Amino acid sequence: MVPVSYYLILSGILFACGVTGFLIKRNIITIFMSIELMLNGVNLSFVAFAAQWKALSGQVFVFFVMVVAAAEAAVGLAIIIAVYRTRETLNVDQVNLLKL
Amino acid sequence: MVHLILFLGFGAVCVAGAVNLLVQRHPINSALSLVVVMGSLAAEYLLLGAEFVAAVQVIVYAGAVMVLFVFVIMLLNAGEEEHTKGSRVAMIFGIPGMLVGSLLIAWVLLEHSGTAAVAVGALPGPPKTLGWLLFHDYLLPFEVTSVLVLIAIMGAVVLAAPPESARRRD
Repeated sequence: MVPVSYYLILSGILFACGVTGFLIKRNIITIFMSIELMLNGVNLSFVAFAAQWKALSGQVFVFFVMVVAAAEAAVGLAIIIAVYRTRETLNVDQVNLLKL
Repeated sequence: MVHLILFLGFGAVCVAGAVNLLVQRHPINSALSLVVVMGSLAAEYLLLGAEFVAAVQVIVYAGAVMVLFVFVIMLLNAGEEEHTKGSRVAMIFGIPGMLVGSLLIAWVLLEHSGTAAVAVGALPGPPKTLGWLLFHDYLLPFEVTSVLVLIAIMGAVVLAAPPESARRRD
């Protein structure tokens, strides 16, 4: 038997790691991966709460989160390719103008 | 007891992968450690009894999404990230902020949570039951996500296609 709070702490640690990566990383692809890490942390808390309250709806919502994450990854990586094509850099500090 | 050991083992792998993602400088190393995180999260889902979620986690996240990431990293020939003044400032504030935040979350959870514990496979989520829920109670959100995915496909094709001027030159 593992307390639910342990699962929630693990998901909190993953989310905090994702936030830190989002703040300290300068490569746009790594920043994007940090967002995926945050989404994974949230998914874990969904499944843990589903097990605590014996409600399968929590697991269904994980699928919706996964669908949104997959769509976001597809569009986001396309945007990264478009940015790289015009700026020739992946460093977010050098991408500071909306216009070329 | 075995449950706790398994949880701690996979949890340690998970956190190690997440920290490695932050430490590594090259994006491909970060991507591979993200695969480790997602794989061990699938094991945690199995411990909670969510077998179908675990399978989808491996297929969609560790499979499809990460292949997309690795593909883009290879395509753009991404090298090591260079550190700038802004990243040093972010590191000074970001890491202590993360530590304070996660300690706060852990403290609140340990202090204010009940003694509820989950057994191994507490809530089995067989595909049949989940499918019934998905196509019965959550039919409208399901259909809306299909529109979202369609728009995402079209958006990705439009954004990643070479610009008009480049195509005309060919």
